[in-house]
Amino acid sequence: MSFTFNIKELAKQPPKLLPGHRLCAGCSVPTIVKLILLAAEGPTIVATATGCLEVATTIFPYTSWNVPWIHNAFENVAATASGIEAAIKAMKRRGAFKYERVNIIAFAGDGGTYDIGIQALSGAIERGHDFLYVLYDNEAYMNTGIQRSGGTPLGAATTTSPAGKVIPGKMQHKKPIADIVVAHRAPYVATATPAHWADLMRKTKKALSIRGPKFLHVLAPCCRGWRFDMHLTMEIAKLAVDTCYFPLWEYEKGEWRLTDRSLVIAKNPKLKKPIEEFLKVQGRFKHLFKPENRHIIKELQEYVDMVWEDLLKRAGIK
Amino acid sequence: MSELKGWRELPIGAIPFKLSTEFKTGDWRTFKPVIKQDKCVKCLLCWIYCPDMSIVWDGEKVTVNYDYCKGCGICAHECPVKAIEMVKEG
Repeated sequence: MSFTFNIKELAKQPPKLLPGHRLCAGCSVPTIVKLILLAAEGPTIVATATGCLEVATTIFPYTSWNVPWIHNAFENVAATASGIEAAIKAMKRRGAFKYERVNIIAFAGDGGTYDIGIQALSGAIERGHDFLYVLYDNEAYMNTGIQRSGGTPLGAATTTSPAGKVIPGKMQHKKPIADIVVAHRAPYVATATPAHWADLMRKTKKALSIRGPKFLHVLAPCCRGWRFDMHLTMEIAKLAVDTCYFPLWEYEKGEWRLTDRSLVIAKNPKLKKPIEEFLKVQGRFKHLFKPENRHIIKELQEYVDMVWEDLLKRAGIK
Repeated sequence: MSELKGWRELPIGAIPFKLSTEFKTGDWRTFKPVIKQDKCVKCLLCWIYCPDMSIVWDGEKVTVNYDYCKGCGICAHECPVKAIEMVKEG
């Protein structure tokens, strides 16, 4: 199935996420939400877990959402989405609902997914509700001031894993959340970044065309938390893919496929950049370039290579 | 003691009732993007990447809505023909 987008036509429409929201300058999250809602045609209901996106788009009495929207607690956005789907079913049975199909999209950050929300997410996928779960992964609790989460990578400095004499940043690797969802046998799981926008929109369209629980893991570079200049947001998302730190893939009915830039790198391995390229532009990793911490870069490189090789095998390229 | 309310009488949770477009975030800006119309090839990459929905496409030319632009400079950095310049406000 292929999808094409006519941006020149789409750009004339009124946006479904309105400007005037108070996310930081240079934040990648509104771009992600804008592109996903642009790809979602037809009636759409959005639920958002607590996180940067929720607190910055709905500061009372203002709302930036041009679609029906509901907020819930930090941990239960997947349960809320399940409830919306169940309510629509019940209303349909009574003949009180006029739409044939509604896109139900749940947005949550890495805190609301990796750590706090995983129980609700796991349950909703197991029950097989028809919804799309979008994880915007900025790799720490950015909204409360950069605390480590299950999504923070090895060696990253956060306020609760500060780099210093005692520890060199976070001591553990990032949790492979998309693999955990794949293990639930969800019908569609994919990774994306806002920089590879066509890939993100195509995956959204594809996900919404499938019935059942779908999961989209989107990398969301954060200039405040990752410590880089705000104009570099998309550049860093591209570097994450070029270094294979964050490969772009999709999983559908037992099959793995690499997409967009990652497919190009798989076919031409010379294009794969060393992990330093991704690390050196971010302040949260600057301590890793001191002689005593160099071994962490090596460890990260080995980990990235291991995950990448494994992915190539799953995608049938090696 | 007042009587307990049933769920139908309970007040609905907080409902934001104004659009955020009333809140102008343009005053956050230090540098403003200026589009050189003669260089612009109308690829709309700036429109795609803009986090503040501040790039306006009317079907003929690309302009900036300075009411909301926070001046992050992603548009200028990503422009493939370098048609956007960041100019200091003042």
